[in-house]
Amino acid sequence: MDTQLWTYVLVGATFLIYIIVAIWSRAGSTQEFYVAGGGVHPVVNGMATAADWMSAASFLSMAGLISFMGFRGAQYLMGWTGGYVLLALLLAPYLRKFGKYTVPDFIGERYYSRNARLVALICALFVSFTYVVGQMKGVGVAFARFLNVSFENGVLIGIGIVFFYAVLGGMKGITYTQVAQYCVLIFAFTVPAIFISLHMTGNPVPQLGFGSKGRDGVYLLEKLNQLSADLGFEEYTTLGKNSLVNMFCITAALMFGTAGLPHVIVRFFTVPRVRDARTSAGWALLFIALLYTTAPAVAAFGRTNLINTVAEKPYAGVPAWFTNWERTGLLAFTDKNGDGKIQYLADTNRNELTIDQDIMVLANPEIAGLPEWVVALVVAGGLAAALSTAAGLLLVISTSISHDLLKKYLKPDISERGELWAARISIAVAVFAAGLAGLHPPGFVAQVVALAFGLAASSFFPAIILGIFDKRMNREGAMAGMIAGIVFTAAYILYFTPQLGGPGTSEGFWFGISPEGIGTLGMSLNFTVSILVSRYTSPVPAEIQELTESIRFPRGAGEAHDITIH
Amino acid sequence: MKNSKTLYWRKNLSYLSLLLAVWFIISYGAGILFAEFLNHFHLAGFPLGFWFAQQGSIYVFVVLIFVYVFLMNRLDRAFDVDEK
Repeated sequence: MDTQLWTYVLVGATFLIYIIVAIWSRAGSTQEFYVAGGGVHPVVNGMATAADWMSAASFLSMAGLISFMGFRGAQYLMGWTGGYVLLALLLAPYLRKFGKYTVPDFIGERYYSRNARLVALICALFVSFTYVVGQMKGVGVAFARFLNVSFENGVLIGIGIVFFYAVLGGMKGITYTQVAQYCVLIFAFTVPAIFISLHMTGNPVPQLGFGSKGRDGVYLLEKLNQLSADLGFEEYTTLGKNSLVNMFCITAALMFGTAGLPHVIVRFFTVPRVRDARTSAGWALLFIALLYTTAPAVAAFGRTNLINTVAEKPYAGVPAWFTNWERTGLLAFTDKNGDGKIQYLADTNRNELTIDQDIMVLANPEIAGLPEWVVALVVAGGLAAALSTAAGLLLVISTSISHDLLKKYLKPDISERGELWAARISIAVAVFAAGLAGLHPPGFVAQVVALAFGLAASSFFPAIILGIFDKRMNREGAMAGMIAGIVFTAAYILYFTPQLGGPGTSEGFWFGISPEGIGTLGMSLNFTVSILVSRYTSPVPAEIQELTESIRFPRGAGEAHDITIH
Repeated sequence: MKNSKTLYWRKNLSYLSLLLAVWFIISYGAGILFAEFLNHFHLAGFPLGFWFAQQGSIYVFVVLIFVYVFLMNRLDRAFDVDEK
């Protein structure tokens, strides 16, 4: 069988599994729709959280990014995993004890203010929507490249699948489908990595393989450093000329942003007990770590293979994968000096090869000469990653509309049945809106995602932490802090992002911090403003102080719908 | 009762500070600020700073969470605030 046929078979089979799981686990009540009835086992929840978290970007783009960034790629590896430590230690157990459905629920109740709820609601919608548009675009690209359909039809197929199981199943359907998707994506990511590691170093564990000796008896990373230096690139394992402060800030912004993202936090409302919320975060990170520790190995292998296969080789003799990717335009060769060989160099004037870093994961199995079915498996895995994340985000959007906006703000007397229908309708609308935005994506999706992390770090994270750990934090402090954090972060990002029309250039960065990392400063500003304002304004009402006290002790958590105050 | 609850919370905070200190030292310390220095040492074929940044820190994160789960479950039982 050829790659095309394998792709149809594997993608078709995995989609069939998702649909069967969705029918088997559909939701019957709002509680099942929002938090899967609050009865999900922590290991299962951990797996679903991992699939929810790892998007098309983690699966398809990250290893490629690291491959071209070398050491500095660690900012993504640490930034997107370290946040789970904060979640497990500082947020998840307390929010589970609090026992509501959403982040705006917590902000609204803890800060006894409908306006605070509304601010949180708008932030949650914005963050989730920017994220989901990127996923829809990813689905479209993957379909277009591998199923021979147009980009538009690819997006439409994606919409159809997500629509089916998200509308029908709610959180319950999504959770169990995500478990299936996790299995598909982790299998699809690790199998090629194991093959490549065996092939290049003889060690079947990629995490150890890229620190071992290659077939020629030289350590792989040592060789890669040498190859990079020969071509004029930075050594692969060193920071080189890059800014330490900037790397520090980007890592921190991603970590604190992770811990403030609504679609991640909401997952910890689905487990039965407080102790399960703690354990569940641990399992989630373990499942994420499987992919995140494999990715840097894939990156190093891919980079070495690429340089060995193309650098200084005659263009006439390039392998088939090279020509295939040339056709997509994502890989291009121009023979500047006319010697018929490929010069791949750091010096842009003499370099003759341009590679889109997003193709690394997809091209890696081909570069390493693995069988066709492995390539097809990677496609199925990439789709699983994109769909699972899209579904989780769409659920947050629909919950925000039907629960936070409709039930808590506009129409409090709505019936359980009415709310469930409102949730289904709003998820349907959200799916189509996201699909439409995915069809005509603004060219600056990547920049907007940086904005999403920056805003989550500079708004939600401090408000939630202070709401739990500082009994004196009041409505005025939290609101002032959130607004200061958001306005500062958004203004800096807009000013220094040319794709969004900003006039700033990288020479003007404060302390050399790029927009990706500015959330860290925004967050510090939020903390400072919140604490200062709260100390000079009216104290917190007694019943809110009791609430803050009660979420600190696990006993009496109950199901995720009512608060027990001792 | 009041005192034991305060003590429980204090213990919780001291666990948190300890674990978060490790979290910070491993990721921001070994993985970023002192990575260049640690790169002079090697772990098999890995320069040590590079290993902490791209592998070690992630392993430590996972371990930290499970240590916290263990400590808190023990603490919950000791102060009788665990869930039945």
